[in-house]
Amino acid sequence: MPLSPKEIVETIRMVEFENLDIRTITLGISLRACTAPSAAQCATKVYDKICRTAERLVPVAQQIQEEYGIPIINKRVSVTPVAFLADSFTEAPDEVGLALDRAAKNIGIDFIGGYSALVAKGATLGDERLITSIPRVLSATDRVCSSVDLASTKAGINMDMVAQMGRIIKETAELTKERDGIGCAKLVVFANMPGDNPFMAGAVHGLEETENVINVGVSGPGVVLEAVRGLGPAPFGKLSEVIKRAAYKITRAGEFIGRRAAEELGVEFGILDLSLAPTPLVGDSVAEILEAMGLSRTGCAGTTAALALLNDAVKKGGAMASAYVGGLSGAFIPVSEDAGMIRAVECGSLTLNKLEAMTAVCSVGLDMIAIPGDTPAEVISGIIADEIAIGVMNNKTTAVRLIPAPGKKSGEWVEFGGLLGKAPVMEINTESPAAFIARGGRIPAPLQGLRN
Amino acid sequence: MTDRAEILSVLKSLTEPEAHRDRGVVTVIGKDKVGIIAGVARVLAEQQVNIADISQQVLQDLFTMNMIVDLSGMTCSFHELSTLLNAEGERLGVKIYIHREEVFDFMHTV
Repeated sequence: MPLSPKEIVETIRMVEFENLDIRTITLGISLRACTAPSAAQCATKVYDKICRTAERLVPVAQQIQEEYGIPIINKRVSVTPVAFLADSFTEAPDEVGLALDRAAKNIGIDFIGGYSALVAKGATLGDERLITSIPRVLSATDRVCSSVDLASTKAGINMDMVAQMGRIIKETAELTKERDGIGCAKLVVFANMPGDNPFMAGAVHGLEETENVINVGVSGPGVVLEAVRGLGPAPFGKLSEVIKRAAYKITRAGEFIGRRAAEELGVEFGILDLSLAPTPLVGDSVAEILEAMGLSRTGCAGTTAALALLNDAVKKGGAMASAYVGGLSGAFIPVSEDAGMIRAVECGSLTLNKLEAMTAVCSVGLDMIAIPGDTPAEVISGIIADEIAIGVMNNKTTAVRLIPAPGKKSGEWVEFGGLLGKAPVMEINTESPAAFIARGGRIPAPLQGLRN
Repeated sequence: MTDRAEILSVLKSLTEPEAHRDRGVVTVIGKDKVGIIAGVARVLAEQQVNIADISQQVLQDLFTMNMIVDLSGMTCSFHELSTLLNAEGERLGVKIYIHREEVFDFMHTV
């Protein structure tokens, strides 16, 4: 018998007690065949195509979850960035956004990603119309996620769009103010945005992708946490080793479940995203892993180094477990979705500045951070520009998902419920970058982009 | 059996993953008492599920048992079997899990 009882019990322990789960199975659907001369016609095509293609996603995921015993928390859909469709007609694409929401509800998924535009170098008319419609669509829908790619190492940083997104984020918060600006929790801006990311809010079905594809995101901070705790005060080589081993097993579970789902749905298996995605549950926190490594609180001196080790070990362990690694692949540090991060912010140990430094060594970026509601748009643009610059200069993906909480000041709380969690409003530097942001244009691509 | 090719084929069959979709792993965890194996085996037998292998451990009072079972002749659906085993677990005061075997193999072997 190739299976030892120890291995069987280990898997069951990971699932039952350490929150091992598949964070998301995301079905990517190309909408490139849905162009139409009007937004209404386009919306009908989009709705039909999504409902038809993703009809079996939820039942198949439920069946696999039961047969293999590993919970699949979220079933999601990502679509071709809608801005590409918006180029084919002249109205604002709001109706297409509403159709995405209806389709998501019809097939029973919690989020649908792709109300998006790729404008690293510049915006088409469709991009412009889509971006200005984001606040309206996010306030009129429940499950639609929106993302905008503002910069890349090859193109540089589109500062016109950085400036505009500062205003769009403010407007989105304002239109959803009765729910603490929840619209902003579904809106993320990127540098070097991947087209195969299964995680929200930034999931899209990239233009380089095939017709339909299954991408999988695993989640296993709890498993890594227990492995680190079990190790005790061993040297760094050992520490890295136990994280790699745990990451291998977590990733393997995701790879398996993803392949089964793809097989059942008759769709190609795309990538596995090797991310440690926390949830607000105790014991499912990336910050708690850093603290188990020996930090008294996340945010203290040593935090960036600890995160760098963690992120690297997760990738090394995971890379061997999956045939195709992609997406974001790294540790996530969303504040509102991670109980340990919230605690660290609350006690003053973790600041926005430290978070920015941490994003230089992990995936994504400034994620799910609530800031005072009266923060001017140009300050938000400045924060975006800083974070995006880290991604562009370091050839990596970075993103910003900020919530300027309407009517709230630092120290107060925002509460979104569910996976989006709750967060204390963080203090920010109130000096103004207005004149810098107002220059407009594009920051040229860095030398790092000239690699041919 | 001195033929190298023959030896190699035996070694290969021993080391290659043998999990397939028709096999399941039943895991029982709980306080030890009389009748656990009998109870689980009865549920399996009623649904024509054959037990291929079984191992158990008792640590202090805690009982764990792993069974590899053959689901190819099963007369109910996987979902129904899982429900029946859960009910049996409640009756016996233990936790019973059933999963398809592949996932364990995939997770723990390189």
